[in-house]
Amino acid sequence: MSGTPKIALSGVHKNFGSKQVLRGIDLAIGRGESVVVIGGSGTGKSVMLKCILGLLSPDSGSIRIDGEESVGLIGQDREQLLRKFGMLFQGAALFDSLPVWQNVAFGLIQGRRMAPEAAKEHALDKLASVGLGPEVGDLWPAELSGGMQKRVGLARAIATEPEIIFFDEPTTGLDPIMGDVINDLIVDSVRELGATTLSITHDIASARKIADRIAMIYEGRIIWQGTVEEIDRTDDPYVTQFINGRAEGPIKMQLRAL
Amino acid sequence: MNLLAEFGRALGEPLAGIGRTFLHFLTAIGRLVIFTVVAVSHCARPPFYYRMIIRQLIDIGYYSLPVVGLTTLFTGMVLALQSYTGFARFNAESAVSTVVVLSITRELAPVLAGLMVAGRIGASMAAEIGTMRVTEQIDALTTLSTSPMKYLVVPRLLAGLTMLPVLVLIGDLIGVFGGFLIGAYKLGFNPSTYIASTWEFLEPIDVISGLVKAAVFGFLVALMGCYHGYHSRGGAQGVGTATTNAVVSASIMILVFNYVITEMFAG
Ligand SMILES: Nc1ncnc2c1ncn2[C@@H]1O[C@H](COP(=O)(O)OP(=O)(O)OP(=O)(O)O)[C@@H](O)[C@H]1O
Ligand SMILES: [Mg+2]
Repeated sequence: MSGTPKIALSGVHKNFGSKQVLRGIDLAIGRGESVVVIGGSGTGKSVMLKCILGLLSPDSGSIRIDGEESVGLIGQDREQLLRKFGMLFQGAALFDSLPVWQNVAFGLIQGRRMAPEAAKEHALDKLASVGLGPEVGDLWPAELSGGMQKRVGLARAIATEPEIIFFDEPTTGLDPIMGDVINDLIVDSVRELGATTLSITHDIASARKIADRIAMIYEGRIIWQGTVEEIDRTDDPYVTQFINGRAEGPIKMQLRAL
Repeated sequence: MNLLAEFGRALGEPLAGIGRTFLHFLTAIGRLVIFTVVAVSHCARPPFYYRMIIRQLIDIGYYSLPVVGLTTLFTGMVLALQSYTGFARFNAESAVSTVVVLSITRELAPVLAGLMVAGRIGASMAAEIGTMRVTEQIDALTTLSTSPMKYLVVPRLLAGLTMLPVLVLIGDLIGVFGGFLIGAYKLGFNPSTYIASTWEFLEPIDVISGLVKAAVFGFLVALMGCYHGYHSRGGAQGVGTATTNAVVSASIMILVFNYVITEMFAG
């Protein structure tokens, strides 16, 4: 990593009422780097992405994009900044009042004022790259399976070819083969677009494939980070428990015995 | 001493409750005012989403016509019957047409159309925007460099503001026509005398005050629908609550503002 990081979080806190979700996140992502965040359900991974995008405002801490502080940006400045970003939401978040192709082309038509015909062509290209044929373009989001919605969401996130792309659980709900196609797509978009990506996943195989670096979040902090080789060699008990998927270990699920 | 503290606590609990409720109320008012100011300021700044505006104009204006037409038609008919029954008691039957036209234009067409549109449009706005909120579609809009205020809220506010006066003007005509139907064919008025006396005492201000009311009510209905939808949370139940709140608050505001505007025009 050289120069200013593309994204730098330091000491980011976020509470919802009395519930502390983020308790001081420190994470830096270099230009063109692909970072994968792993961690248990409900540990605040999606909240962290939303804080970076400004959809949620952190209670304290700093988030720098290209070296510029972004916490507190609103209105035009925020809109300008968000042009650099693409985001795949965990629940796809497709616009259900628009057909699929318009969903994919939305950022081009509304955000970049591209002519609808050109944007449609572009959208169908992107759909093809996530394994969906042109006939899907005219369907409505409600007519798609969960996995197809996810792929349309992915096509929408990369359609404007942004500098920074966030993938919130890109392979959850996909069959293993399609999951691997999506992994390749993420790797390609980093390579071809030179995009910086931050992905969230529970899928260790996917993380191994797409990550330059893996970070693990636990109790609102990044407790470990390292490369894919390092994660296999680490003896950090939290990380080993997580990647091996064991119920016994330092990470306790809050369950009651039956 | 102990007793006094006990007494203080006993007194304090309900008081604290009232205080909390009052604070909640003030916060809600503050949020609504901020939302309104932000939304209105977006109305004046490009980009404008013309397709969305047109879609809302059609949705509010055209598709509300049957509801508003039926409401005002029957209201005009009932008014004619009721005022005839009443006025016959002191031989003032000739005032029926005037009563119908003044009540319809000044009061009943705007208020009833406003309430019907609150049920039809306010509810659907809150449900649609609320669903978009809880399924993160509003967040997705933001990440695609599109302001949800401009894309979702502004078109609805503009459509509410402009289409309700149009609806009410049509409602005025239909309502007066309803009164005429009853007057001429049931109560035995001479049709041309009835029409003549309808015009005789009608002043432009009667119609205009009704249209001003309509514009305000249309804005309020759209504002309440958008506001409650925008701030809804927590899945299907949250959207349901937002929908109810949108309709109830819009209806109450219509009744309150109806008085305020009447007072303004009376003064
Ligand atoms: N808008 C919100 N209001 C209140 N609490 C929230 C909100 N968003 C998230 N939370 C809480 O923050 C915590 C973290 O949520 P988040 O969605 O970030 O989890 P996650 O790490 O992405 O989990 P998963 O892997 O299951 O997606 C959860 O306990 C959730 O209840
Ligand atoms: Mg999540």
